Amino acid sequence: MGMMQAERKIEGAALPSLYASHVKVQPRAVAGPVRRAKWTVLFLLLGLYYAVPWLRWDRGPGVPDQAVLVDMAHARLFLGPIEIWPQEVYYLVGLLILAAIGLFAATSLFGRVWCGFACPQTVWTDLFQWVERKVEGDRNARIKLDAGPRNVVWWRKKTVKHAAWLFIAMATGGAWIMYFNDAPTLTREMLAGEAGLTVYGFFALFTGTTWLLAGGAREQVCTYMCPWPRIQGAMLDENSLVVTYREWRGERRGKPSDAAAGDCVNCKACVHVCPTGIDIRDGQQLECIGCGLCIDACDDVMGRLGREKGLIAFETLSNLAASTAATKGMEPGPARREAGMAARRAPNFLRVRTLIYAGALGAVAALMLGAWMLRETLTISVLPDRAPLFVRLSNGGIRNAYTLKLANKLREGGTLTLEIRGPADLSLMVPEAPHDPQGRPLLHARPDAIASYRAFVSAPPSLRLPERVEVTFRLLDAEGRVQASATSAFLGPHP
Amino acid sequence: MPTKIEKDAISGQMTTGHEWDGLKELDTPMPRWWLWTFYATVVFALAWVVIYPAIPVSGLTGLSGWTARGALPAEIAAERARIEPMLARLREATPGEIAADPEMRAFALAGGRGAFNNTCAGCHGAGGQGALGFPSLADDDWLFGGKLDEIQHTIRHGVRAGESDDQRGIAMPAFLSTGMLNAAQVNDTAEYVLSLTGRATNAEAAGRGEALFSENCASCHGERGEGNRDMGAPRLNDRIWLFGGDKAAIMRTIAYSRAGVMPSWQGRLDPAVVNMLTLYVHSLGGGE
Repeated sequence: MGMMQAERKIEGAALPSLYASHVKVQPRAVAGPVRRAKWTVLFLLLGLYYAVPWLRWDRGPGVPDQAVLVDMAHARLFLGPIEIWPQEVYYLVGLLILAAIGLFAATSLFGRVWCGFACPQTVWTDLFQWVERKVEGDRNARIKLDAGPRNVVWWRKKTVKHAAWLFIAMATGGAWIMYFNDAPTLTREMLAGEAGLTVYGFFALFTGTTWLLAGGAREQVCTYMCPWPRIQGAMLDENSLVVTYREWRGERRGKPSDAAAGDCVNCKACVHVCPTGIDIRDGQQLECIGCGLCIDACDDVMGRLGREKGLIAFETLSNLAASTAATKGMEPGPARREAGMAARRAPNFLRVRTLIYAGALGAVAALMLGAWMLRETLTISVLPDRAPLFVRLSNGGIRNAYTLKLANKLREGGTLTLEIRGPADLSLMVPEAPHDPQGRPLLHARPDAIASYRAFVSAPPSLRLPERVEVTFRLLDAEGRVQASATSAFLGPHP
Repeated sequence: MPTKIEKDAISGQMTTGHEWDGLKELDTPMPRWWLWTFYATVVFALAWVVIYPAIPVSGLTGLSGWTARGALPAEIAAERARIEPMLARLREATPGEIAADPEMRAFALAGGRGAFNNTCAGCHGAGGQGALGFPSLADDDWLFGGKLDEIQHTIRHGVRAGESDDQRGIAMPAFLSTGMLNAAQVNDTAEYVLSLTGRATNAEAAGRGEALFSENCASCHGERGEGNRDMGAPRLNDRIWLFGGDKAAIMRTIAYSRAGVMPSWQGRLDPAVVNMLTLYVHSLGGGE
């Protein structure tokens, strides 16, 4: 460190350090429509998160009855009536793509609503700050407490706060592992101390990270860790609704009594309520999560001063530019306010960018729906033997061996007839399977499992075939309908 | 080296003094905890190097003494303990019982593949495809029988493996070098053998060979070359030739004899492994 300090001197003057101690952001409580919207979203999302693992879904005997369950041990994902096998992970990928495009579309339309309202980091930080406020008081009281002596009151308040935080964090971590286990059973086991070490490990991990990120790191997750703020410049355009300070109306800042000053009275209410500790009047910045609490704070002040609300508002940058142009050179006052507001136009939500997002959303959703409707519950895969590719039989014929895998995604098993389509005179044999009256093998598709069979296809010595011909294996149900088929190759020596 | 620290006109922030072709770097300090996190990762890495074998020099195992190789026996022992109940069942069961039990059968086929590649594939080839002199196990021709019990017997006792009480010790005589047949007679016998699959090049010689075959070969290979599984005498009237089926190869076989050898695996392999191999080999060509 000494070396670094020595280097960082120019012409004898010490330079500022490359690192700064973090200054804790102490946001003030605020009330208003945006705050109410945030509470509503918070209750909805947290309610959903905690309640979903407890929803039941009857799937019959021997199958988990949890509506949403990631069953690692049996490699199944249950989503209500939907049951997905690991090889169908593309449904999950499709959901993630939908979520990503939805995020882009929402950002393009309404700015960083995800960051400000729905991101887990924001939701849990909001909850933790509410607890902090209840225990330690509002902004000023907290600043005073932190600056003051570490006396009994300090210790009591900090203990109560962290205990409450830890309780929420444990509930959060506990709820997360419920998505991977049967919730009632696991809760009973965990309380009785009978759950596995893995369960307690993940419980501790998610409890710890919740406590650390929502209690300690807070806005630093957004400003230092999250990549999303860094690509906002590409996501937003001049027609996106973003939290904006109407500079053309607020400047020059002055006292309420100063008739020549703009509407901003420099009360710093917007700064004090900001959960990331920035000044929205500096313009668009990556730290702004678009929560809009400064709008509530400013509207409150404007209301008390008897001035029109909306000095800080959800506004498009193109409107901001139009208002600025329309009020250029005008003196502060009602006339400037009216001229500025009159220059605005209703936000245009039907833009090329948003239409492309909507189209992409629709296309992916339709693709997923189609894939789901056409999902095959019974599949057959054919793996030809690689060594040997074929064998010469004692009668001079040629035989190929295959491994058949019958994947049955249903909870009922069934017997299916196997037949091959290819050059006539090829004969099929599955030694381990019974045969129907016509001599065709009867395969059993085991319920919710993959059944494996060895199949042999033989060509008689009289049959002259090229080195490679296609052979299709078909599974027929009792009515003779093709339920699944797969094509493979029948190989032989060079003719 | 920093050159000139100044206040940036647009942002109002200080610069670090670094400048590249007119681009100046704003001084945006990182939080101090970020730096401490970085130091913590460095300490973690150093501790790791001291505790675990991180330096690729023989003998430098780290303070804990842990090595991947050292941990292996315990892992193998744990895996052995895990599969031991199944191996115990496989040891007691007959191949037929294993084939009838889906759980045992699946385990035996998977384990048999590994054991086959370890023990058998060196001669019989991957997938039992065979080679000249080493029988294919994937076709429909079985020298000593292709039923489960017969395959198990062959794996246990081998072929010409020195077990004197077994018919499998019998070997084919070298008819030319022992003087039992002269060169012309070897030729005639070979022509007759070829004729069994309709490939004789000289009908007259084949006709002479018939009597020679009946006298010298039929006791093992059968009057019509149908073979004898008790002593592993191959069929001569099919299209599968262990040592080659053209006339030159057949003459060489008659003149100097052939005697394939396979070790007996009883006592060398766990009986459970013998049973797994039995199931796997039987599955290759569908068995009998």
